[in-house]
Amino acid sequence: MKEIGTFKVKTGLAEMLKGGVIMDIVSVEQAKIAEEAGAVAVMTLERVPADIRKAGGVARMADPQLIKDVMNAVTIPVMAKVRIGHFAEAQILEALEVDFIDESEVLTPADEQHHIDKHKFKIPFVCGAINLGEALRRIGEGAAMIRTKGEAGTGNVVEAVRHMRLITSEMRRLTILSDDELMTAAKEMGAPYTLVKYVAENGKLPVVNFAAGGIATPADAALMMHLGAEGVFVGSGIFKSENPHVMAKAIVRATAYYDDPEILLEVSKNLGKTMTGLQISQIDEMDLLQKRGI
Amino acid sequence: MIKIGVLALQGAVREHIQMLKNCGATPIEIKRIKQVDDIDGLIIPGGESTTIGKLIVDYGFFDKIKEFANLEKPVYGTCAGLILMSKRVIGESIKTLNIMDIEVRRNAFGRQIDSMEVGLKIPKLGEKEYPAIFIRAPIIENIGEQVETLAKVDGKIVMVQKKNLLVSSFHPELSDDNRIHNYFLNLVDKIL
Repeated sequence: MKEIGTFKVKTGLAEMLKGGVIMDIVSVEQAKIAEEAGAVAVMTLERVPADIRKAGGVARMADPQLIKDVMNAVTIPVMAKVRIGHFAEAQILEALEVDFIDESEVLTPADEQHHIDKHKFKIPFVCGAINLGEALRRIGEGAAMIRTKGEAGTGNVVEAVRHMRLITSEMRRLTILSDDELMTAAKEMGAPYTLVKYVAENGKLPVVNFAAGGIATPADAALMMHLGAEGVFVGSGIFKSENPHVMAKAIVRATAYYDDPEILLEVSKNLGKTMTGLQISQIDEMDLLQKRGI
Repeated sequence: MIKIGVLALQGAVREHIQMLKNCGATPIEIKRIKQVDDIDGLIIPGGESTTIGKLIVDYGFFDKIKEFANLEKPVYGTCAGLILMSKRVIGESIKTLNIMDIEVRRNAFGRQIDSMEVGLKIPKLGEKEYPAIFIRAPIIENIGEQVETLAKVDGKIVMVQKKNLLVSSFHPELSDDNRIHNYFLNLVDKIL
């Protein structure tokens, strides 16, 4: 017996990333800096979210040649983003044999009604969520990993905190419901009943859950780990800071030692200028990335 | 009760802890080098070998684990753990602990798309196949003297033992078969 592309193999890679930092990069050079700093994986994009926000227009999958170059340059897993619902972009990335696909709200959605049927792919997918119902819908579609959406490109951790707290408190609530209340809970959340039942019995998602969207400092990463994240994605926070190599290294160490204030103190010193943040209230409701594809 | 440390810097720590509990051992998450003095055996889990390799050096584990293994205490490495315990990684300059006399090749089966579930024959564990999960797995290309091969996939070595040291390129912590963890615990028991 030998089988590839099983759900176990897909979630298995996500399990191996736990306690680690996945970094957004836009070039081979940045990918090497990320690997050198101790990233567990890199996410390849055309532009980091802060620049996507500034540039406006339609944001699409990165050039496969760039992704290929990154795959050849580093030994850690390479991820790349596709637009929500754009299964043709995903097929291209599968043919490229990228290690993980992020069906991401950071890019402009291709389908406002449907997500990709991720069971059809041999490559694992990660998807964003702002609440438990959304997380379970994505897992129902085949996602092998979940991350909070937060609000990408803001350097403001408040939305990631909101989403992580909501997801964990909704999971806690399910564990105290009686069996006959679970179907109603599933209906209210718009989530598959079997997955609702799984969470009620186990108190956690059936896949790994990372934090993403607005993490800009080692302390932000530690905060998210305390709130229940099993690892973090850092988008603009690293390569929009003054000293990316130092910042990347510090966030890796803060994620591993999130519960050790002495180490956090040590790595938080002398980081240089952090990325310029953005108040969520300064963003037009229409421009909030987290509202895409729920 | 046997105390087994699981190096908890990054990777599949929780699964090993759960598996050890199921086998009746006392698992301890190891994040500080002084904790190593209290354990009977150590597991270096799967994860990203580059990341764990850097953290091992930064937080003093490099010499500590070498010292632990040199005292003939049992150490088991899965996947990234295997890479870090090896003498050398072929074609790369990654700094390894060099406690196990093997040369390994990383991502030797291919990328994630080639990650697989295999029914593995491990004669030492009995007739029944072991449900082995390989994730971007390494292989063992060369083994030194006294290193015993325990399992192969398509002729490639994926599990070996040398006295107190055990390594596998797959992830028994992701399966629900606890025979390998029990095998390691027996090894610890014999040495105690």
